[in-house]
Amino acid sequence: MVKEPIETKYFNFEELKLESGEKLSPVTLAYETYGKLNADKSNAILIVHALSGDAHAAGPNGWWEKLIGAGKAFDTGKYFIICSNVLGGCRGSTGPASLNHKTGKPYGLDFPIITITDMVNAQKKLIDFLGIDKLLSVAGGSMGGMQVLEWLVSYPEQVVSAIPIATAVRHSPQQIAFDEVGRQAIMADINWNDGNYYGGPAPDRGLAVARMVGHITYMSDQSMEDKFGRKFRDKKQLLKKFAAEFEVEGYLQYRGDSFVKRFDANSYLYITKAMDYFDAFHGKGISEAFRGIKAKVLVLAFKSDWLYPAYQSQEIVKACKLAGIGTVYCEIDSKYGHDSFLVEAEEETHLIRNFLKNVKVD
Amino acid sequence: MSKLIEQEYKVISEMIERGATVLDLGCGHGDLLALLTREKNVKGQGIEIDQQAIYDCVAKGLSVFHGDIDTGLPEFADRAFDYVILSQSMQQVKKPDTVLTEALRVGKKVIVSFPNFAHITARFQLGFSGKVPVNPSLPFEWYNTPNTHFLSFYDFIDYCRKRGIKIDKKVYLSEKNKVRVLPNLFGMVGIFLISK
Repeated sequence: MVKEPIETKYFNFEELKLESGEKLSPVTLAYETYGKLNADKSNAILIVHALSGDAHAAGPNGWWEKLIGAGKAFDTGKYFIICSNVLGGCRGSTGPASLNHKTGKPYGLDFPIITITDMVNAQKKLIDFLGIDKLLSVAGGSMGGMQVLEWLVSYPEQVVSAIPIATAVRHSPQQIAFDEVGRQAIMADINWNDGNYYGGPAPDRGLAVARMVGHITYMSDQSMEDKFGRKFRDKKQLLKKFAAEFEVEGYLQYRGDSFVKRFDANSYLYITKAMDYFDAFHGKGISEAFRGIKAKVLVLAFKSDWLYPAYQSQEIVKACKLAGIGTVYCEIDSKYGHDSFLVEAEEETHLIRNFLKNVKVD
Repeated sequence: MSKLIEQEYKVISEMIERGATVLDLGCGHGDLLALLTREKNVKGQGIEIDQQAIYDCVAKGLSVFHGDIDTGLPEFADRAFDYVILSQSMQQVKKPDTVLTEALRVGKKVIVSFPNFAHITARFQLGFSGKVPVNPSLPFEWYNTPNTHFLSFYDFIDYCRKRGIKIDKKVYLSEKNKVRVLPNLFGMVGIFLISK
């Protein structure tokens, strides 16, 4: 339980120079903090979220509520935890749905292309604003893990430890392909209108389908079998043409429909593209990629995760090995697929808590 | 920790200089690495296949990779470590020859320890009772032993000769102390410091 009231705060800054060379101005990052920053500012941990996450990581309905809080893996009694919504997002940070000050209208597709590096550069400004020189740790799963890796390579002096979970140095063609199906579903929705739908009907069907595909990739064959089997929702209603008869169909539709209430379709396009572009090595060879990094690294993968398979985590470990970085790698035996990083709290807690115990800002 | 293991760790620790870099293959719960970190201030890295054992290593603040030492070494550069340790793990891997060759590539020196299958009690048990030996250095039954290769000290010395491996030091242990007379008969555990 996080005792103090949680509120989302907003950090505004004048301008961000993007990797593309363009400038974004002004910029807002929505963020939350939990716990207290100690006097020498040596207990700050940055939590970074995945594709559909936001700044609300802890407390009721927080996306990583199982791991952040008093006595949990990221113990708010000990650490000062920061989580911000990514640049390009739609949960309070500047993204395609934000007002473009030049036109007085929402950006839509006038929003510049953003990268994981840009997201991290924006977070760096927030960390500077909070007066923190060194982060005790940066942690996150999936796209959060990409940001963790980017922190390591972009700001090696500011990061004492890093916890990339269920992530990759770069997307494989299979991962890009799934993202592209999601984007195509959105763009095929007549309401998408080249991204120009603010104030009118949004491409909800397209975004819902994108989310449905996403959800399939987050689960495993076994977790779907356990959760749904081939169960019908209502036996009396069989053979109603193409209604959601199977449990799994109903579940996916429900997840799709609830997602559109909290997520912007254009954000989905921009953020998935940022993931597809990402390369933690920035074109360098694996033996040079992480050279000079002194942080301790804890890499976690999950056995049943077929979207970000363990071999991708092992590539991170390999780069760490070659750079002589003190590294812990564990492939956790879990059946929940990619979602494991959100649900496999007990196993993660063991590892993260003990790992953090042994890192210190000098 | 058994007396035998305690002695073994002490011998290994004496073989290693302060501040050395160490790779422990099959590091288990990390007791040896923790000891070496504490007493010799080594920069240590372990590889271990068991998930629960990894948790213990992390709790001890050790760097450890979850993986199989039969396949886990190609990624290390030549002579990346001062010492590679195979403490009671060589006889458990699928391909000891490959693992040792890799260990000698990755480490400037390699420390190997293993139980002696030709210890006098083992000979008696096999020779007279006609049963697979069980003793303090071979504490397992045939149906639950992690050991997949059985060798004596002589076997290992022969192997080193065949492969052109230099034996820099060898220490033999019985349950209570070092063995200097007829080690292949009275030694339970052998610890070899080898190099290419």
